[in-house]
Amino acid sequence: MTSFRLNGHDISVDVPDDTPLLWVIRDEVGLTGTKFGCGIGMCGACTVHVGGRATRSCITPVSAIQGADITTIEGLDPAGAHPVQEAWKDLQVPQCGYCQSGQIMQAASLLKDYPTPTDEDIDAVMAGSLCRCMTYIRIRDAIRKAASATRGEPSNG
Amino acid sequence: MIGRIVAAVAGIGVAGGLGFLAYAWHPAIAPIAPPASTAFSAASIEHGRILAAGGYCAECHTRRDGHEGVPLAGDYLMATPFGAIYSSNITPDPETGIGRWSQAAFIRAMRQGVSRDGSNLFPAFPFDHFTHMTDGDIADVYAFLMTRPPVHSIKRENTVPFPLNVRLLQAGWKLLFLHPGAYRPDPAHDAQWNRGAYLAEGLSHCGACHTPRNAMGAEKAGAAYDGAPVDNWIAPPLNGTNPTPVAWTENEFFQYLRYGVAPLHGSAAGPMSPVIHGGLSELPESDVRAIAVYLASLDQATARQGGDTAHLAAAMRTSTRDLTGPQTDPDARLYAGACAACHANTGATPVPGRPELALNNALWLSEPTNLYQVVLRGINAGEGQAGIAMPSFYHALTDADLARLAAYLRRTRTTLPPWTDLEKKAAAVRATLPAPPVAASH
Repeated sequence: MTSFRLNGHDISVDVPDDTPLLWVIRDEVGLTGTKFGCGIGMCGACTVHVGGRATRSCITPVSAIQGADITTIEGLDPAGAHPVQEAWKDLQVPQCGYCQSGQIMQAASLLKDYPTPTDEDIDAVMAGSLCRCMTYIRIRDAIRKAASATRGEPSNG
Repeated sequence: MIGRIVAAVAGIGVAGGLGFLAYAWHPAIAPIAPPASTAFSAASIEHGRILAAGGYCAECHTRRDGHEGVPLAGDYLMATPFGAIYSSNITPDPETGIGRWSQAAFIRAMRQGVSRDGSNLFPAFPFDHFTHMTDGDIADVYAFLMTRPPVHSIKRENTVPFPLNVRLLQAGWKLLFLHPGAYRPDPAHDAQWNRGAYLAEGLSHCGACHTPRNAMGAEKAGAAYDGAPVDNWIAPPLNGTNPTPVAWTENEFFQYLRYGVAPLHGSAAGPMSPVIHGGLSELPESDVRAIAVYLASLDQATARQGGDTAHLAAAMRTSTRDLTGPQTDPDARLYAGACAACHANTGATPVPGRPELALNNALWLSEPTNLYQVVLRGINAGEGQAGIAMPSFYHALTDADLARLAAYLRRTRTTLPPWTDLEKKAAAVRATLPAPPVAASH
């Protein structure tokens, strides 16, 4: 039995210790916003927050997050209006959209570490989040826009 | 003439043998009726609880292989070079534990490595450290243990072969390697340093893992805190030979020992994690600070930290190397995909929770063992920095991938010579994991 907090709710699941956290989130709890991409932690589609840090859930065993605080895309903002999500909508970032929840979770975590990121900062941290539609330019713009919005500045992004 | 010499030599031999027997033989200490819990003061029991945590009693006195045993009920498997040794039940069960041990018997065991029945204990039990504790502290540990619920549990038989299993011979080991007696403060240092030395050398027995051992399993004289392999990890050097670019200062040690993560060195993982979480974290903050002061003195941090600013700056410059712009180096691309999202640092110092690999202990050790362990296992939310986790790359990276990553990081993030036989070593570390930490995703 593994117990943890998921989007502010206490959760206990009775699954083998080596079950990937992603399976628990999608199949046990039923939150399907987090996506299965590569299954080996190389694409970023499954990114959630563990203790506020962006973490690849497809290769994180559920036993590793006993007692931890997990946030998925569903819990990032109660109204789905996190600055990154707002910027995502404003700039029409997604094309197919499969990677976007992972991209948004990684970007939200990036902005906590680096509230005023340069393009180099963005590229360094987001390099592990792949987008097969190649919307990287809009992803970068949205992160800059979200950073500005968080600072309360007008944005020309 | 020849006969007289033979007789003389034989005489000396017999006298020496008798002398050894006199040294080696210890009487049994009479069993007692298990004391009632009211025999101990609440303050003594509570202090004993803290000391038992700071000495990690439960770490080696709780079974972990096969199934999780009851804490302190023993039967923990220690795979020594001399055979398997299973730890004793130290709950106060009268038949299978220490319920019939008097305080005097317990103090003798801690100080001299002798069981209540007079037999010598194997030095897998670190009495060579506990001997340095005060009688008062040992008595408090006794009070704590004797007030735990008794657990009837019989340990498995040791597999130490003859003649090493002859316990009388352990006395020879003690003659050579045990320096019995409570810690004597060093007047050249202040009270805080001495408190740290008392805890590190005695109760918390740091040297048991961080000092290499000789052929007889004793800590090597003249190599104190040189670092040593332990449980398929490397316990890093704690003296001036520690290779990390930024010195382990008092503050780095304190952060590490108190919270499980040193901002400029990395997190506690593997066997070091329980030493901190549930171990040293139970000690008062002043004690952890004292240990930090002592260890920073051991590794000559004051003399070595002069270069820290430059080394930190150099490390931070390499952190985002190869991560921006077009990249054709496949090793750099592997790093960017697997590691950089969590480990790339773009500021002047590492962001907490974003461990900087160029500063990390694991990259600077003589072998890639710890790097492989961490990458393969990941780090649980209860280990290292509390509440955050590193995934397990067990199924994500092949041994060849691990070797490429290790070579790349060593080449680009340190100034040390390359590691050798990387793929073989990756396979060897993988083979030590009892089971894949995470199920294959597909």
